[in-house]
Amino acid sequence: MTLLITVFAAVIATVKWYNREDDSMRLGILLFMYWGASLMWLVDAIFEYAELKAEYFTPALEDMLNDTFLGLAVVALGLVIWVVKLLIADPKGSVRAALSRKQNVMN
Amino acid sequence: MACFIVSAVEAAVVTLVEKTAEKKEQKTADIELGKTEAVKIPLSRKLRWLRNMLLGGVVLLAFEHVWHGEVVPWFPFLTAMSDPADAAEMFHEMATIGVGMAALVTAAWACMCFAADSIMSRQQKEPTKTR
Repeated sequence: MTLLITVFAAVIATVKWYNREDDSMRLGILLFMYWGASLMWLVDAIFEYAELKAEYFTPALEDMLNDTFLGLAVVALGLVIWVVKLLIADPKGSVRAALSRKQNVMN
Repeated sequence: MACFIVSAVEAAVVTLVEKTAEKKEQKTADIELGKTEAVKIPLSRKLRWLRNMLLGGVVLLAFEHVWHGEVVPWFPFLTAMSDPADAAEMFHEMATIGVGMAALVTAAWACMCFAADSIMSRQQKEPTKTR
């Protein structure tokens, strides 16, 4: 489930990146992060499949629920990292503009 | 257990190589300034793709290990290190799954570089069809 959710996130990020107007949203960070994790979890899944065989596709409900929560948490963490990097890089100058406006109001 | 460490080590090495390549490319660009040359993707940019993929995967996998209680915020940070039998299993996992992960990400990156180079050369051959 974690692998599936991450792959969906990677595909959505890739489509968004492909349809981008410019590079100001830095979608590449998100794209590489999700694809990197997806490939790594794919290897993990292959090894697990080799060990469990068909049992791999019939997980217990509790395990599946835990994996779903983990997948969603992973996607959320990826989004948080991307937003923080975007705000720090501030390619559109929005943060700088907001801060200088605030300073002008204070003065 | 700690399979992401192999990719983390590879990411560190790739970062070093990327920085060296970037410096080399800057020097070459200074020398060849003014020369019109075919558009080529620099090696440092390609290495940045690999680094981002490895680091991104490592961060998210590390989070998964924290979620499962395999990584803890106190020494020795990996719960498997407290027991020799678990440690042996962890090293085996690193040698199999960890190396497999790093190899697959690197192979995917190599395919990506090949595809990117083909797209760029195609674009140079048919400049009118580009957006």
